[in-house]
Amino acid sequence: PALGLFLFTIARDPLRIIILIAGAFFWLVSLLLSSLIWFIAVKASDPRDQPLQKGLLIFGVMFSVLLQEAFRFLYYKLLRKAIEGLVALSEDGCSPISIQQMAYVAGVGFGLMSGAFSMINLLADALGPGTVGIHGDSQLYFLTSAFMTMVLIFLHTFWGILFFHGCEHRRWWEITAVVVMHLAVSGSTFCNPLYVGSLVPSYLLMAAAAAWAYLLSGGSAQNLRRFLLCKS
Amino acid sequence: MIMFMNNSDSEEEPCNERTSLMSAESPPVPSYQDGLQASEAGEAQPHRKRRPGSSCSPNNVADGDMSDSGVPVREGALENEEEELTLKYGAKHVIMLFVPVTLCMIVVVATIKSVRFYTEKNGQLIYTPFSEDTPSVGQRLLNSVLNTIIMISVIVVMTVFLVVLYKYRCYKFIHGWLILSSLMLLFLFTYIYLGEVLKTYNVAMDYPTLFLVIWNFGAVGMICIHWKGPLQLQQAYLIMISALMALVFIKYLPEWSAWVILGAISIYDLMAVLCPKGPLRMLVETAQERNEPIFPALIYSSAMMWTVGMAKPDTAARGPSQQMWDAAEDGRENHRSPSRTDSQMSEMRSPLPTHPITSVEELEEEERGVKLGLGDFIFYSVLVGKAAATASGDWNTTLACFVAILIGLCLTLLLLAVFKKALPALPISITFGLVFYFSTDNIVRPFMDTLASHQLYI
Repeated sequence: PALGLFLFTIARDPLRIIILIAGAFFWLVSLLLSSLIWFIAVKASDPRDQPLQKGLLIFGVMFSVLLQEAFRFLYYKLLRKAIEGLVALSEDGCSPISIQQMAYVAGVGFGLMSGAFSMINLLADALGPGTVGIHGDSQLYFLTSAFMTMVLIFLHTFWGILFFHGCEHRRWWEITAVVVMHLAVSGSTFCNPLYVGSLVPSYLLMAAAAAWAYLLSGGSAQNLRRFLLCKS
Repeated sequence: MIMFMNNSDSEEEPCNERTSLMSAESPPVPSYQDGLQASEAGEAQPHRKRRPGSSCSPNNVADGDMSDSGVPVREGALENEEEELTLKYGAKHVIMLFVPVTLCMIVVVATIKSVRFYTEKNGQLIYTPFSEDTPSVGQRLLNSVLNTIIMISVIVVMTVFLVVLYKYRCYKFIHGWLILSSLMLLFLFTYIYLGEVLKTYNVAMDYPTLFLVIWNFGAVGMICIHWKGPLQLQQAYLIMISALMALVFIKYLPEWSAWVILGAISIYDLMAVLCPKGPLRMLVETAQERNEPIFPALIYSSAMMWTVGMAKPDTAARGPSQQMWDAAEDGRENHRSPSRTDSQMSEMRSPLPTHPITSVEELEEEERGVKLGLGDFIFYSVLVGKAAATASGDWNTTLACFVAILIGLCLTLLLLAVFKKALPALPISITFGLVFYFSTDNIVRPFMDTLASHQLYI
């Protein structure tokens, strides 16, 4: 689905592609830094101590979430300045791409990159021989991973919109809500392999974020009804 | 590997040639240039995303403007149109370069991942005589550094030789050399490649069919690259030979040597293009002075001609691409523009019937492309291919390197807009790529693996 989003909405306009790739780059850098921190922490600690490792992992995940959001903020700053440049260059005083579109594209960039990193190795291994869950792990590993990745990509997209909107209008509670949601989703994955605990809340949160983002982008229940009923 | 040595001589040299990124214009009128610089300085602080938008189009617009009567008086009237062009076509240039680089990398990565041949170690090129199978780390490092020094010196010698030939107008020799090397690439390497791919997929093919296929491929390739041909076909062939060359490098360069060579060649590229006595810079300047195109076999040109809202009833019979060339050709002939893309494109095209002069105004929005040397393609693909081959079979590293290289390319195009002269395309991208490769392989991978094993998501 994310790829479909990409093809239909982003691939047409070269500017959006650039923003997308840059968004992916920012996510990558945040991942790099957070894994650096985790790596240092692991190397500095005792590798045999299991609970400590688990704790470190949790710490790493949370830290990574915070770093991702920080980088999203940085990216927002960069895009703001870019919009000013765009406006200065354009002939009729308005930029060819609005901040909302940029927010959307940035969110998709983040999401695609995080999804790719989560899924690609799994997919590559899935092509090879083997049985899922032979050691007593869940047999639905691939399926749940796929769903989780999809929900995460969508969430990143919506968070992008919400985050940028919050930054635009200086509503700090929106920003903190995004961060809290992200933390919640990551935290819920700790319940794996008890999939009920992670997938269901994630999807609920995604639905909530989707509705919120839709409302923020100017949609309304009426628009939705007209769209669905194909009225003109 | 002796046979590679003899033939690779001609291979090395084109590689050096290709490591620069040039804007598609000859030295513009000074006053106009100042005007452009001032207008750019007046903008908001340059930023990555937007600058590609503003980057290449001022170049192109400079061309487009020069192609007018060249009177500075029209500058003011054209400012607005430039900015409009900036907006419309700026990001387009970046994409026009993204697509071929991406395609090349995809071809290389796909081949590496599927065909075993290219990851087996079957010996080394004569250029890298020191083996890396030594037991100690220090010895291995020393060997790879020595290999690099030899390789780089070979490249430097070849480049200087080429520049000297160019300066003394030994065109026939250069052309012959290039034709020989591209012949070898198109036929020999394609034969090997096809053979390996067929082996991997266990598809049988008899020699006559093989001969027919390779003959056609090679012949059309030679014509396309060196003479005239549809732009897209030429681009496709250039991508193919870059990918083949990159695959050869990946196979025959030992591990550490490859990384050190990548680093060294980006430093060399930086120096060769920017230092006043650098060979590549001299080549570019000489070509500009003489208003000649640099050999089409060495440069990837993304030039696409654009006609906005033109309805030419008499060209309805031809294909759309031909229509674009017609218009562009007329535009060129009418404008008598000296820009490099023009001369190259017109060289490649057969004379087409001229259309009436009224088409001149509509062609002001013609677009010049950005040119990227083929060596850049090759080394980008080498980096990504090596990442795919040797990074513990990890796709994340490959993906990270890919994004890093694309961002480097963006930044380089940005700088191209600011400086408006030939720039080395390798350093920034390769630096990013190397940094990301090593960091992703060593630091991110354990993290992601641990996360994936617990099925945690960040």
